[in-house]
Order: sequence, then structure tokens, then C-alpha cells
Amino acid sequence: MSPKLGLPADRIARCRHLAREVADGVRARTEAFTTASTERAVLRLLGVDGVDEDEVPIPNRVVDSLAAAGRLSRGAAVWMGSALARGAAGASEAAAALRDHAGAASVAEHPRWREAVAPLVESGLERIRRNRAEREARLAAHPLDEHPLLYAIVATGNIYQDTVQAEAAARAGAQCVAVIRSTAQSLLDHVPYGATTSGFGGTFATQENFRLMRAALDRLEPELDRYVRLVNYCSGLCMPEIAAMGALERLDMMLNDALYGIIFRDINPLRTLIDQNFSRRINAAAGVVINTGEDNYLTTADAVEQAPAVLASQFINERLALDAGLESWQIGLGHAFEIDPTLEDGLLFEIAQAQAAREIFPDAPLKYMPPTKHMTGNVFQGYQQNALFVLTSIATGQSIHLLGMLTEALHTPFLHDRWLAIDQARTIRSNARHLADEIEFSPDGRIVRRAREVLAGAESILERIAATGLFEALSQGVFADTRRSIDGGRGYDGVLRRDPSYANPFLETWTASSPAVRA
Amino acid sequence: MDRLVPGGARLSARVPIRPYGDKPGDGAVQLSFTLPVTASARAVEAAKRYVAQMGLREPYVALTQSIAPGFTFFVVYGRATHEVDLAGIAAEEAPATELDREQIDAEIARRFARRLVVLGCALESDAHTVGLDAIFNMKGFAGDYGLERYHGFDARNLGAQIPVSDLVRRVRETKADAVLVSATVTQNEIHIRHLTDFVDMLEAERLRDDVVLIAGGARVDHALAKELGYDAGFGPGTTASRVAAFLLEEISRRRGIAGSAP
Repeated sequence: MSPKLGLPADRIARCRHLAREVADGVRARTEAFTTASTERAVLRLLGVDGVDEDEVPIPNRVVDSLAAAGRLSRGAAVWMGSALARGAAGASEAAAALRDHAGAASVAEHPRWREAVAPLVESGLERIRRNRAEREARLAAHPLDEHPLLYAIVATGNIYQDTVQAEAAARAGAQCVAVIRSTAQSLLDHVPYGATTSGFGGTFATQENFRLMRAALDRLEPELDRYVRLVNYCSGLCMPEIAAMGALERLDMMLNDALYGIIFRDINPLRTLIDQNFSRRINAAAGVVINTGEDNYLTTADAVEQAPAVLASQFINERLALDAGLESWQIGLGHAFEIDPTLEDGLLFEIAQAQAAREIFPDAPLKYMPPTKHMTGNVFQGYQQNALFVLTSIATGQSIHLLGMLTEALHTPFLHDRWLAIDQARTIRSNARHLADEIEFSPDGRIVRRAREVLAGAESILERIAATGLFEALSQGVFADTRRSIDGGRGYDGVLRRDPSYANPFLETWTASSPAVRA
Repeated sequence: MDRLVPGGARLSARVPIRPYGDKPGDGAVQLSFTLPVTASARAVEAAKRYVAQMGLREPYVALTQSIAPGFTFFVVYGRATHEVDLAGIAAEEAPATELDREQIDAEIARRFARRLVVLGCALESDAHTVGLDAIFNMKGFAGDYGLERYHGFDARNLGAQIPVSDLVRRVRETKADAVLVSATVTQNEIHIRHLTDFVDMLEAERLRDDVVLIAGGARVDHALAKELGYDAGFGPGTTASRVAAFLLEEISRRRGIAGSAP
């Protein structure tokens, strides 16, 4: 889509420059550390899985034992390799040798640990490569997808019911299916195990649940003559582990924001920024499209006032994602249609924001989120709001369209709520197919003026963040008026300084093969 | 309200009502629902009979839509035959006076000579804060400023996913005058359990009488909140000033402070 807003290129370049400064500052503050969840993700990629007799995941047992023995700062892979070099027959046996304190404390570093662990590293990397190639082959076997991709959520709490709902949504036309997580999961410092049938407001993300849903969607592929993308939530205290599980089970998209956990879940900033980097490294290798969470700034505060914060966060998320090896086509920057429907010209502001995002991030698969804040339970008004949302999405060339539910704020969607949303989006997408091609904006009109104002606002927020560094800015409440200190929040005890000889074979491989894109 | 009926006996006046479509008493009702059957003439008949058994006459199936294999969505119109007697209904609403922000601030200063501490949060697994933020944030909702804007309140929005035990601790530490708990409906009526857990723990810690408790949320109403042991419940569309006015009066009552002259 050719630019229509006439946004000043130098100002956009200046924003990118500032975001680079911010990201460089983050790297300088975080690169000397690793986290418990990063090391657990390494174990999962090496093939460690399962739970002990108390339902504690084996990766947690191993990492906790290594930490207690003062050995985790070398990296979990070193000790797995050492256990293997001393005769352990595979990932499970090596993990079994390290899972209690005595074992973790007594294992000696073996000079050939790297050699010993290499086959497991290669097998993890190979599974990720294979999944990526399989996705590409499956996508190529069907006609090109219509855009925006229609994204539906299922959230029954029971993975077997989720598959029924997901199949119904996919048959009706959903192109992406997200299984929303149980609301408490982002604060769990472990990933539950196995197929699950109860959750609160959603279904636990487990590797087995990933596998079951993947298989259900793959079964539909011949019937629908299209590949249905599977989405989950790579956020919270287990960001890198969820990324690892998704890469192993061929998930296609992951919600994966650099700052969301800090601001909205009070997770420690250092922990989150270290974890986001490794999780994004994994997503980059897996060919996953990430979705960022800027929509959240709009649901908690006024959408008109927060527009510059959304754009500033998009610049930062983009830079941190590029630094983690993701390519532009993988960076689904988020925003939302959340302006008060009673506001005069509110729709023009929505169009300005959506069009600006499209022009500023031309290669990003933008993720557009539906109205939630001003959904009151009036289902008729809700359906009308959702129609305007779809129309704006099409008029501005958005890429991933999260379907709004007319019963938002009432209950988790009924089967027909989701059908109505898909039918509405498909009808409007077809009915207004080439609308974007026909639209030009009045050069000094309200939409153009608003887009410029938002860009200028984003620039001044980025100036402020770059001046102090991101951690200081977060402690001053730069986003969503929420103050987060560098040593506060959940999960800080899982942050540890790397030993100078720290090793993480996966990180080393990916850093070497796809160095950060320095645009 | 009594009226004289022929014959001279005094009877309570009934006020029978029925839904109104385009003329009084027509009982026009619109329903939408899904049946777990494949769309077919038989499915339509099943929908009709289902609606008839709900007591609606002349069921008319306006939409029959297959929405998934084995599932059909219906929109059905019908005429309700029963009535409800308005005279026999008393529904409770959380009482609140009509004061604006300046008046409430002035009254708090006059009656208490201090700021009232108000905590707000969503409990445990509940991650939703849209309603809570609408009541607390400076900006407020529908042009009505939030509690943070009031001089009279020390309003502390603790956010989402606050463990019940943490909230009880905060009540004690801050000597809170009131707590607003936002409850969003998820499956399994989990929100009710967390709401009652909080009241139970306050009672166990002998703090319940010191604090005014309010529940709010999309499916919360005053009657439900009272039943769960709260002092008031506020549903969707509630503005901060309405909550603020209630807090002023209820905290005054608790602390034995006289209200303003009528």
C-alpha cells in the first residue's frame, strides 16, 4: 500500500534511531544475565520433559537443583552435557542425574560436555527446522490466504472442547485459532504438564494441549483447502519455555510482547527483558509470527490520549524483535480499535492510527484488536462497533484481525457468537474488498493531522525513554502510568548473573546464524 | 395503592405487564439460540416446539443458520402469554445521593477532616481491570472523573490478580475505609468464590466491620453483592460519582458521623 498520510520520513527515522538507543541500553543492562525460565527452555529444547511424583516439571526440578548448588550461572546445558559425557543415556537420564540437590551438587564439569550434548542440541534444532519447513510446505500447497487473516479465540478450559470449538470456527472461516490461557497462567513459574480439562477463563498452555490442537487443525486442512494457524501466549514468567514448546509442536503465532508482563502483570523488568530475548530467538528460528500487545495500553486508559504511547511501544517492540533475530514479516505489532464510540470523529482517529501503523511498519503483519473497553453488554451496539472495526481494518490494510464478539463483557463466546463475528468479517471483507485502493486522505484533513500528531507524540515519548534508559523510564511510569522498578515485581529471584564461561548452545547457534538485523 | 372494585371490596391494585412489540399486551419476544442438530426442516420444527414449550405462542423462526456440522443457530419470535405483576416487585438498588465531585469532596472534608482510603482490585485469577480502571482512573468513564481525581479519597488501584490474603493485609496496613472488588465473570462461577473468600477472611481477622465493601462488575448487581456479604453491588454503566456518593454516606454511617442536613 502506497503512503497516503504524508508522514515526515525524517521523524519516522528519528523514532527508529531513538528505539535503537533504547534497545542498545536494554542489551547493555541484560546481557550479563540469564534466568531460570531461560535455562528451563534450554532443557526443554534438549528434550527434557515430564513431571515428578508431585507434578513438578522436571525442567523446574533440574534448574532449581542447579541453582541451589550454585551451578546454574554456567548454563544448564553445561551440566546436561557433563552428565551425558559421564554415561547418561539421553536427555531423561541426564536430567534424572541432576534433578535433586545431591546430584546437581556432585556433577563435575566434564571437559567434553559440549561434544556430549551436541547431538541433543542438533536434534532440537532439527525438529524446529523440520516444523518450519513443514509449515511452509503446507501453506504453499493451498491458494494464498485472504487478508486480513481472521483470528478467533477459543477458551473453554477443556482442550477437548476447545478442539470442537476451534473446528467450528475454522470451518466457518477462521484462519488463525488462539487458545486463550487460563488467566492465572502468566504468573505460574512453571508450565503445567499433559492434556488439561479445567481452567479459569481459558485453557492451560501445555505441550500436550499444543499437540492436540495442532493435530485437530491439521485434520481440517484437506477439507478446507487451507492451513489453519495455531496461536498461543508466550508471555508471563515462562515466556521462553512456551516459545520452546510452540517451536517443538509447530505453533504458528505467539503473543510475545517485550513489555507487557512488566506493566500489566508486575513481572520483574530484568526478568522479562531477558526472557523476551530468548523467547524471540526461539520464535525467530521457528518461523513464528509474534503478536505484540500494545492494545493493552488502550483498554486500561483513554484510547485517544494513549495513541502516542502505542506507537512508541511499537517502535521499541520492533527494535527488540529485530535484535532477537526476528525478521520484519514475523513482527506482528499490535494495536486496537478502542476509542469511545460516542466521541465525535472517533472513527477518523481510529482510521488515522491504523493507517499510520500500516505506513510506518509496511512489512509488519499488523495485529488489530477489537473493541472491548466500550462494549457494555448491549449486543446490538457491540455488533455495530465490530462492523466499524472490520471496515477500518480493511480500509487500512491490516494483516491479522482479531474477531470482536458481540457478547464481549458478558461471557466467554457462545458457538454462535463466534460464527456471527466470522460471518460479519467475511461479508465486509468481500463487500469492501478494494476499498483501500480507492481511498485518499485530504492532505490537511483531520485524519492526516491526527496521524502526524500521534507520530510527534510518540517521538517525544521515545526521547524521554532514550534520555533515561528503559529501566529508569519504566520506574517513572512511562507506560500506562504504571511504575515498575528494576528490582521489583514477580520472578526477580529467577534472574542470575552469568558466569564468564556461561554457555547456551541454542543462543550461540542462532546468534551466529541470524545476527540482529541492523536496519 | 388500593382501588375499589364493584361490590365494595378493597383489593391490592395489580399492575400486570407483558412485553411490548407494537401494541400493548402483544407479548412480542425475540430469542436467539443454537441447537445441537444439523440444519433441516426437522431442526426448524424442533426449534419451534422448543420455543412453544417456553410458553410462547405462534413461534416464528426468522433465521435458521447452519454454523457448524451438527449445530444450527436460530432467531425465533413469539408471543408471550404470561404476565408479571409489577405491583408485587421491589428491586433493591444501592442507595446513593445525587452529589457531584465537588460536593462530595467538600462533604468528606467537613465530616472527616481527612482523606478516606479506598482500595480497589480484581482478585486471584481475575485479570480484567476495565471496570475497575473506569471507576479509579483520573480520566473516569462517560465524562465522570474517577476516584483518583477526588481530593477526599486516597484511592489506590491495586490492579488485577491480587491474592485474597494480600488484599486483607493491605486493608489492615492502610486502615482502609473501603474496598472495591471488581469481579469479571469467567467459567465455573469462580468470581463468586473469590468474593466470598475475601469476606470470610476479613471476618476471621475481625476487620469486616471496619471497612465498607463494594463489589462491581458486568454481572454483579446489588442483590447479589448483599447476598455475598458486601455492602453494595454496582453493575455495568456505573459512574465513579455514584460510587463516591455511596462511599461518603456508608462510611459516615459506619463511623457514626452525621450526614449533611437534608
